[in-house]
Amino acid sequence: MQFFWAFVVGGILAVLAQLIVDLTKLTSAHVMVLFVSSGAVLSGLGIYKYIVSLGGAGATVPLPGFGHALVEGIVKAIDKDGAVGILTGGLTATSLGITVAILMGYIIALLFNPKG
Amino acid sequence: MLKASKKEEKRFANMQEKRKPPVPLGSNLIRAFITGGLICVVGQAIMEILKMLGIPPDGAAGPTAAILIVISALLTGFGVYDDIGRFGGMGAALPITGFANAIVSPAMEFKREGFVLGLGARMFTVAGPVLVYGLVTSTVVGFFYYLLKG
Repeated sequence: MQFFWAFVVGGILAVLAQLIVDLTKLTSAHVMVLFVSSGAVLSGLGIYKYIVSLGGAGATVPLPGFGHALVEGIVKAIDKDGAVGILTGGLTATSLGITVAILMGYIIALLFNPKG
Repeated sequence: MLKASKKEEKRFANMQEKRKPPVPLGSNLIRAFITGGLICVVGQAIMEILKMLGIPPDGAAGPTAAILIVISALLTGFGVYDDIGRFGGMGAALPITGFANAIVSPAMEFKREGFVLGLGARMFTVAGPVLVYGLVTSTVVGFFYYLLKG
């Protein structure tokens, strides 16, 4: 069942993004930025955690999940360390993904050449 | 030199606009839904495996994202993610795999412009804005959380 909801929630987020790209002049980069920020705001309002409990990876894998992870990390760091957590929690919580992405970008660029 | 008037330019722009093929909205949406959904199902499968290996459920999202990033980076290297992107549109761009693709693809392509200003800088053409606005928004949200909590 969790797989079904992951598919549905991940699919709906993708459809929303596709609608914006098709119906407005925004590019996919604009929409990616918009969705990360929206995820952060929805997380702050306490809404995104319900989307995560329904969709599982369907909510954490798309970019709004990245915004949610940033805010969750900040909230956790504030509860633990106080005000400084506002500035430390976001990157602490997302460091694994960001570091892996940059390392992989570097390694793949060294090993491969673009096709065509 | 002949210069088209503003009015003519506008008329021409309108003509160009009309010439564009109509966007196949329905099929775009279906493909985005399937692609975005399937990538998340793969993510869910990775997450279930990690949980079976003893990683706590609330700590599984980060490692899952990292594994998806590695897979997507490799698929980008082999040129496969480009095909997924052409098929799935935002269904391929919106998951974290699309974020990874947006880093790896320009890094590969602009390597020829040098390792610092090519590979190093162009890597962040799309990922940079995503990180900037993600951090700015989440910091503002965190600031309000701190104020309201106090």
